[in-house]
Amino acid sequence: MNALYSLLFVFLLVLIPLFGVDAAHMKTIFGVCIPITAFIIFLLGFIYKVVNWGRSAVPFRIPTTGGQFKSFDPVLFKQNKYDCPQTGAQTFVRMVLEVFAFRSLFRNTEASLHETKGGPVVAYKSSKWLWLFAITFHYSFFIIALRHLRLFLEPVPFFVNGLEFVDGLLQIGAPTMYLADIGLVAGVLLLLGRRMINPRVNYISYVSDYFPLFLILAIALSGVYMRYFAMVDVIAIKELTMGLVTFNYHIPETIDVSFFVHVFLVSVLMVYFPFSKLMHLPGVFLSPTRNMPNDTRAKHHVNPWNDPNIKAHSYADYEKHFGPAMAEAGLPLDNPENAGAEEKA
Amino acid sequence: MSDMPKADELFKSIDYTPPLTGWMETPVDFSPGNWCYPAKPEKIEYINSKLPGLWGTPREWSPGDADWKLPPNWKETVVNGFRERLEKFRTLKLFMDICVRCGACADKCHFFIGSGDPKNMPVLRAELMRSVYRGEFTLAGKILSQLTGSRVMEEDVLKEWFIYFYQCTQCRRCSLYCPYGIDTAEVTMMARELMHLVGLNTNWIMEPVSNCNITGNHLGIQPHAFKDIVDFMVDDIEEITGRRVKAPLNEHGHEILFITPSGDVFADPGIYTFMGYLMLFDYLDLDYTMSTYASEGGNFGSFTNNEVMKKLNAKMYHEANRLGCKWILGGECGHMWRVVHQYMDTMNGDTQGPQMATPKSPITGTVFDTAAATKMLHIVEFTADLIKHGKLNLDPSRNDHLRVTFHDSCNPARGMGLLDEPRYVLKAVCNNFFEMPEGTTREQTFCCAGGSGLNTEEILEIRLRGGLPRGNALKYVQDKHGVNTLACICAIDRATLIPLADYWAPGVQVTGTHELVANALVFEEGEERTMDLRQEPLPGFEDEDDNWTPPNAEEA
Ligand code: SF4
Ligand code: SF4
Repeated sequence: MNALYSLLFVFLLVLIPLFGVDAAHMKTIFGVCIPITAFIIFLLGFIYKVVNWGRSAVPFRIPTTGGQFKSFDPVLFKQNKYDCPQTGAQTFVRMVLEVFAFRSLFRNTEASLHETKGGPVVAYKSSKWLWLFAITFHYSFFIIALRHLRLFLEPVPFFVNGLEFVDGLLQIGAPTMYLADIGLVAGVLLLLGRRMINPRVNYISYVSDYFPLFLILAIALSGVYMRYFAMVDVIAIKELTMGLVTFNYHIPETIDVSFFVHVFLVSVLMVYFPFSKLMHLPGVFLSPTRNMPNDTRAKHHVNPWNDPNIKAHSYADYEKHFGPAMAEAGLPLDNPENAGAEEKA
Repeated sequence: MSDMPKADELFKSIDYTPPLTGWMETPVDFSPGNWCYPAKPEKIEYINSKLPGLWGTPREWSPGDADWKLPPNWKETVVNGFRERLEKFRTLKLFMDICVRCGACADKCHFFIGSGDPKNMPVLRAELMRSVYRGEFTLAGKILSQLTGSRVMEEDVLKEWFIYFYQCTQCRRCSLYCPYGIDTAEVTMMARELMHLVGLNTNWIMEPVSNCNITGNHLGIQPHAFKDIVDFMVDDIEEITGRRVKAPLNEHGHEILFITPSGDVFADPGIYTFMGYLMLFDYLDLDYTMSTYASEGGNFGSFTNNEVMKKLNAKMYHEANRLGCKWILGGECGHMWRVVHQYMDTMNGDTQGPQMATPKSPITGTVFDTAAATKMLHIVEFTADLIKHGKLNLDPSRNDHLRVTFHDSCNPARGMGLLDEPRYVLKAVCNNFFEMPEGTTREQTFCCAGGSGLNTEEILEIRLRGGLPRGNALKYVQDKHGVNTLACICAIDRATLIPLADYWAPGVQVTGTHELVANALVFEEGEERTMDLRQEPLPGFEDEDDNWTPPNAEEA
């Protein structure tokens, strides 16, 4: 149900620019005003959220340790440096692995129950599907985003050209098919499929979980359509996009409507981003269970709101309370008078 | 355990298919057995007199009743408390925002694996709180409540919290697998703090908390009784070994203060571990003392709120300062070490006296730099260092009647990283050691399902269900290698793993690591023992008439 709603939403979103550009001739609005506004919202929303997280205190140093810690004898007990980092550098590697290789997802297992001759068995097997789907999706998305820099920079940076060359290495079709395009569409479909078919994941999914997937799928498909089917006028598009970054707006006549659909959907994504779970992108860098070394027994960590007024129930009070019984049992007393003190609560 | 279903039947009843109704519409079962008893009002009154304002109104109430007698302004209190904690804990704010509901954590929780209840999936447990976060604090959630899974704070929501945040043992297994490290244990801690503000609490946690403040330990053992128990153990040790060991209490002027969970003073089989400590220290002629005032290593405050955690923990340095100890040696315990390793120095490090110094083994001279800030060393580190330097005369064959496996407690595993030292010690003191299957040990270890203050009888079925993953792994090595002993380094484990083993792997007994160390420890050259610390005959000394079964196999 939630999936269906999301699909419907995205469908409606596609209709808006189709109608707006074709019927209502609002090219400037869809080509300039909306994307710029969306970008500003994205930027401000993104920054606001990250700053807001940053303003919250980190009172305790609580990394989740994923392996042997640094022992008193690191030769005898070998530290698992990158799952249980002790230093800043090791923590940095842990974060790199987490961000670029999805380390934690790679660990994923699947639990299953079996009734066997020997009795009940709970089995765990490695399950890397989610990792594979997620890696495919995120890297494709990342590469495509980088490739789009060609539209906003003049001259085109060398790495963008290099990336395009590698991405199109298979040399299939004309224009050359990009691997990342396939990766993105496949990645989204796999993630979507998993979300719908896996009963547990389906059960926990809201409209807000399906919506970004359908939206990105629509963005990818509109992009693919532009490039491979409508064969849009790339020169004209670059004229427009360069106009956006140089604040010199100009909308060439030859641009196909599919471009406006694509841009509109991307704008929606940008607006949606800072207010949604998509903020896991910056969030992963800030996660206190991952980005801190496991060194609190060796180094002092400061809690900014530590309350010095919370003190132990003092020994003096304890001895006052239990003095007579302690004396009788032969336990030493700091204050001999307590031996005869009234025992009171 | 009479009305419990048989293990096989319970196993068959587990169904992972989610219900047809959405989770927000699925009603919560408040029948007895699903909740822990609330705290006795006098316990709350007492702790409220020490740390005012965090506990709501002390009162008699029951989760089984429709009316929980919440204070009239409860909603405001919870929502404001929530807002305040969003500022105080970046973890909370971040974990409320960035979960993508990928479900990677879903089948990592032992309570989900053993129950199939979707609200026991860590993601959904945290959603119980995240939904309120979105509904109360975010624009998108306020406008698009249904679509974003948002809701506002209602009495039913709070009640649901009480059930499910007391079905989380704060084991952090979910956090290990989450791509963003989202730690549902942390969410649970926050939810519990909020519930305390309006007087929702459990006696199994609050009684130990209040006891600990007064008497120095969770069990409420008063100083003279504490001394009696220790003397008793000294007698037992003499009977077993012929040696009368020292057991110094509350003495000034020793180098080391030794603190261990009081559970080990109180009950079988923890007492054997405690005897093990006493024997080891006597063997070393260690310059140490114990304390009746700081007679608790554990910290039920960590299951309650950060304020009381700090207050109870503060005793350790307070006592070390009073007695003039240089450093603290800590016994085998799980959550105690989470607190000591990740919270203690931050909370109370500034109260360390000038006499305190980085722990240095007086026997081997090893300086434990990794504990330079807290000045507190884990006994297993201490013993591993002794063994490495050949300072212990060990006869592992004294443990030959035992076939041993090791249970990593959640907290040392995922809140510290102490994994190899206990294995090293165990392998040095017993000849038959076997690991449980991969995926159930080390950082992936499964909880005993009684941590974080849940080891109470009234929720036994929930605990045994949650104990399935551990119990099943244990059964596996029992069948495959004839394992009959489950070693651990945790006092709560020593209580909770017994019913777990009786249920899922009957015939396996539970032991602390230092019980096995002391069994193997040869006091003097040529010393011969005929029985182990449990006063059971060692191999070769069995009495013909004595038809012995392991203590916890009898009830099964
Ligand atoms: S693994 Fe993390 S992101 Fe995924 S559902 Fe669980 S808590 Fe959310
Ligand atoms: S911390 Fe442990 S008990 Fe709690 S939700 Fe996570 S896996 Fe389950």
